[in-house]
Amino acid sequence: MTDLAVETPVAAMPAQGTTGVHMTEKAKQRLKARYSAERRFRYLGLAAILFSLAALATLLVTIASNGFTAFQQTHVRLTLDLSAEQIAPVGTTDFTRIMQGNYGRIIGEALEKRFPEVTSRRDQRRLGSLISPGAESQIGRMVAADPELIGQTVQIWLPTTSDIDVFVKKQVDTTAPEDERRVKDIQVGWINALQASGDLELRFNTRFFTGADSREPELVGIWGGVVGSIYTLLVCLAVAFPLGIMASIYLEEFAPKNRLTEIIEVNINNLAAVPSIVYGLLGLAVFIGFFGMPRSAPFVGGLVLALMSLPVIIIASRAALRAVPPSIRHAALGVGASPLQTVMHHVLPLAMPGILTGTIIAMAHALGETAPLLMIGMVAFIVDVPVTPADAATVLPVQIFMWADSPERGFVEKTSAAIIVLLVFLLVMNLAAILLRKRFERRW
Amino acid sequence: MTLPLLFLVILGLTLVGFYLGRSRALAMAGGKASNLHSLPGFYGWYVVVWCGLPALLLFGFWIALEDSIIRNLVVAELPQAMRELPADRLGLIISDIRNMAYGNIPLSKADDITRPIVDHYISLRQLGTSSLWVVAISICMVGILWGRSRLSPEFRARNRVESIANILLIVSSTIAVMTTVGIVLSLIFEALRFFAAVSPLEFLFGLTWSPQMAIRADQVGSSGAFGAVPLFTGTLLIAAIAMLVAVPVGLMAAVYMAEYAGPRLRAWAKPALEVLAGIPTVVYGFFAALTVAPAVRLAGEGIGLEVASQSALAAGLVMGIMIIPFVSSLSDDVINAVPQSLRDGSYALGSTQSETVKRVILPAALPGIAASVILAFSRALGETMIVVMAAGLAANLTANPLAAVSTVTVHIATLLVGDQEFDSPKTLAAFALGLVLFAVTLSLNIVALRIVKKYREQYD
Repeated sequence: MTDLAVETPVAAMPAQGTTGVHMTEKAKQRLKARYSAERRFRYLGLAAILFSLAALATLLVTIASNGFTAFQQTHVRLTLDLSAEQIAPVGTTDFTRIMQGNYGRIIGEALEKRFPEVTSRRDQRRLGSLISPGAESQIGRMVAADPELIGQTVQIWLPTTSDIDVFVKKQVDTTAPEDERRVKDIQVGWINALQASGDLELRFNTRFFTGADSREPELVGIWGGVVGSIYTLLVCLAVAFPLGIMASIYLEEFAPKNRLTEIIEVNINNLAAVPSIVYGLLGLAVFIGFFGMPRSAPFVGGLVLALMSLPVIIIASRAALRAVPPSIRHAALGVGASPLQTVMHHVLPLAMPGILTGTIIAMAHALGETAPLLMIGMVAFIVDVPVTPADAATVLPVQIFMWADSPERGFVEKTSAAIIVLLVFLLVMNLAAILLRKRFERRW
Repeated sequence: MTLPLLFLVILGLTLVGFYLGRSRALAMAGGKASNLHSLPGFYGWYVVVWCGLPALLLFGFWIALEDSIIRNLVVAELPQAMRELPADRLGLIISDIRNMAYGNIPLSKADDITRPIVDHYISLRQLGTSSLWVVAISICMVGILWGRSRLSPEFRARNRVESIANILLIVSSTIAVMTTVGIVLSLIFEALRFFAAVSPLEFLFGLTWSPQMAIRADQVGSSGAFGAVPLFTGTLLIAAIAMLVAVPVGLMAAVYMAEYAGPRLRAWAKPALEVLAGIPTVVYGFFAALTVAPAVRLAGEGIGLEVASQSALAAGLVMGIMIIPFVSSLSDDVINAVPQSLRDGSYALGSTQSETVKRVILPAALPGIAASVILAFSRALGETMIVVMAAGLAANLTANPLAAVSTVTVHIATLLVGDQEFDSPKTLAAFALGLVLFAVTLSLNIVALRIVKKYREQYD
């Protein structure tokens, strides 16, 4: 109570004397009520801030705790007999010939050798479902890269299926009765045996950072989405940055104050608040429907995002140009520079840090944007990493959306991990913007 | 990769043109720049304009129109029987051919009829690309020669270059207007095609939404129901829940930040709140579907209420959290813009801080706060990913926040995802919904911006 009284202006001028209308019991009661109302209000404000921060923290903690496990993947070490009759004659170097080898059989034999007691058909199938179907092409690529391996015996770590992975990571209820579990008791026995001999462990999931999309949660990677995002952002930047700067220079430095420029200004302010999905409709109708550009291409996605971020960049650039004091312009014009030279040589370089800051923030928003890209077909299932901006591709946020939609349990951690990567990208971009502002901000 | 390479070649040629123009001007002036009308660089730029601008325009046109030109040529070459197929079948065949030509589908899938067409497509594309190379490079060369031939020491290069630059500036500032025109035209155009099939009255006032159009006309249930009222009410319900979270929290946070918080708390809390605005909506959507929706359902079951697994409440709550910074940062600005003299006057009369806030500052800042609430509401109406992931597709006409509802944006997104052509009412309905969404959010924004502008004038 006392510390509050010091701060509030009311208490700063206490009633003089001990009698009078302000010293009655009733007045004291009133004052007390008012002070507690003040306190309540204050706590309410603090609670609002704490609520927002708690929501943010919950969000981040949920994503992080769900996602960090995806950076490690359960692997099993097997001793593979890369016999020539299952792959190709010793000395073959042809890539397609080697990739056609019967690697599924090789893995099967290795598993049978490891667990010779498994004889029934059903159990053999269960044994085979320990190892991810992607392991076959992994071995194939390894052999193709080093054809001398044919005929040799190698020890190698192979990824398990997602069911085993989530079981080992205890992301599903491991104590549920057997018929409610996807991993059966006999498989649990094998897992324990492998674990005991050190042949099953969590290893760093390289594939997650180098691979593209897949139907199997244990085989997915974000690189396809990352490359798609990079292409999309590059196109977006290449279109929106020069256009945005030129438009803001014209509007801020040269445009006469008339009806037309007023319309343009109101227009830009309104465009900045148009829902992003409407830009997707525009891209679909104009770029794909009218111009016949390919669906799912980062090139088209970049154009749509460029139209979306253009108003934001223009608004930021105009603010930066406005902040350059008129004396700079007067000095340049005074020594004989033309208006365009004045802007290009003096005003624009001084406004550049502000413009870049605004652009980076706009790009960060574009990086996280999903809805308009769904409209132009970037939601396709694409297993290859795109090579050019005209290839069918997806972007990181859309990849997140697609994985979030997948029913398999194993996708939850992959989705969260992809979100972590996306948030790291955004963090880096925003930090760059903040540093740029701190480093080059000038007060005139 | 040949087109990006061509782009680089054109850029390289313009660079060459710049140096050729500059050196020619200097040579004509006898090496003394003071004999020239303009700085030597402007002569270089003049050549650049002649060399680069026409070639880049051609390049842009080709990129934009290549596909439709080749498509028309290929359609003209198709066998008679194929050309007479209905438009959607023809579209499918063409897109198959296109995919084979681009190598997205292996060529081995082609049958005897399509094989020559695919080859034709590929040869047309190669022909187009190689002639583009030839034409673009010759345009560059001719441009350099022509530009150079016009140079003389008296030539007013700066004025020419600057007037062209001025035109470029004006053109780029009209892009924003063209975007709006493009949005309006494409939405209206496609929506009109939709309204040719479904009456606008049914769309705006119909009470059932089930756009299941059959693929063939003779299938059962071939006519969908396109009454969008359930979507409108669903959108309003979720947005209203979001505002119930965002307005009190955002407003109180803004008041605390502006009136009570010390500089240290402010320095931390303000950026932290803005982080909420920077998180991509797809992340909120995942959070809503994974964490909040089950929690809401669990809580509902705990007190004996039946909650749908994709309840409006969960989507609205998460959307509200997303919207908090939009309310708080704008309100923070307007509260800070209230003149200090009003606060001082109120304190001098003996009111406490909260009384000052409630009776003086908030009424003074009311227009700005109203504008920020309107902007946030428009943001909530247009938000897509959270509702796509957490609200689902069931277009129920209900005001119960525990039931599943769907929104306008969800249906725009789902109707258009996938490889449909643009001619069924089902896909066109998305444009009609988009038109409604655009019209509503645009009017809300205009109102809000008007209020902000008017309010600003009051205290400046």
